[in-house]
Amino acid sequence: MSIWEYANPKRFMQVSGALLPWLVGLTLLTLIVGLVWGFFFTGDDYRQGSTVKIIYLHVPAALMAINAWMMMLAASLIWLVRRHHVSALAARAAAPIGLTMTLIALATGAIWGQPMWGTWWAWDPRLTSFLILFLFYLGYIALWEAIETPDTAADLTSVLCIVGSVFAVLSRYAVNFWNQGLHQGASLSLDKEENVSDVFFFPLLVCIAGFVLLFVTLVFLRTRTEIRQRRLDALEARERLA
Amino acid sequence: MRGLKKKRRIQIIVVAFVALAISTALIGYAMRDGINFFRSPSQIAAEPPTEREVFRMGGLVEEGSLRRGEGKTISFSVTDGGATIPVTFTGVLPDLFGEGEGMIGTGRYVNGVFEASEILAKHDETYMPKEVVDALKEQGVYQEPDAKDSRS
Repeated sequence: MSIWEYANPKRFMQVSGALLPWLVGLTLLTLIVGLVWGFFFTGDDYRQGSTVKIIYLHVPAALMAINAWMMMLAASLIWLVRRHHVSALAARAAAPIGLTMTLIALATGAIWGQPMWGTWWAWDPRLTSFLILFLFYLGYIALWEAIETPDTAADLTSVLCIVGSVFAVLSRYAVNFWNQGLHQGASLSLDKEENVSDVFFFPLLVCIAGFVLLFVTLVFLRTRTEIRQRRLDALEARERLA
Repeated sequence: MRGLKKKRRIQIIVVAFVALAISTALIGYAMRDGINFFRSPSQIAAEPPTEREVFRMGGLVEEGSLRRGEGKTISFSVTDGGATIPVTFTGVLPDLFGEGEGMIGTGRYVNGVFEASEILAKHDETYMPKEVVDALKEQGVYQEPDAKDSRS
């Protein structure tokens, strides 16, 4: 019994099909609890007022935008090394979800920045690398669409994914490399110093869990669609030959 | 990638990652002044820019230095612990602007005074409910969070 068994499309369809209803339910539950708790049952921040509530969308979305690219990177590497088709398709399926998360993070960040910093956008290192990550998502999706042969498309997009991971890493750690920027440091870090008061922290954790589950659910759903699309294409090709 | 053996594919991937990391580090190192969003008062005191250069300066607004002059013009000092530079500004300030808070201004350095044309507030990563801060202030145990924040 090895983990690579799940790379078999048939096995993947079985397992993901059985898991999906549970994932959907759990996602809805955590997202609703987290967002309602955050939006309606927490007080105002001492300096930001109620603008602080954007944190419940912005932080999880930005986190998942970067993590989605990291997941695509892992899937691409598995494809390059082991040639599992499900892996390549999972990377392809995750891209539009990551793109949406990036868009949510950019939009909520701008809405928060206008009253707090005094500007919608600034060419700060972290903001800039996040914008480049957004453009990489667009390029990645376009490259998949542009190449007809599935295996070549998977190879080339994998290489693009490796290059783009530079900006995924930078948008997370740019604050540490170039400390003279506008964006604040990490709100959630593993060091002991407590930055975010518990009142905001616990609903935020629930929201993050909700976004992670949402991402996993959508990736499963979309990968299943991609696998079915492949099967359809194979059937059509066989029809034409017959 | 197609005609290669698995071992060779892994080797290529590892080499690609090393090359990417080195090139990113070199570009980041070469452009560190351009990538940094602002300069600190110490950097400006060490190398004063010319009067025509427009740049950004960031630091903490010094306690007790904020003066509201005629009209909408205000003046204050910005410090990073090492050097202090006086600033003048005409216009509307963002919500988070205040004494002891971080700020970033765009403008020119003329005769030892930074004439700002735009001011942004820098927010640190502390989030606290209003009620808690009020309670702490009442008990007199509230500490300004910027004391530990030397990054601004």
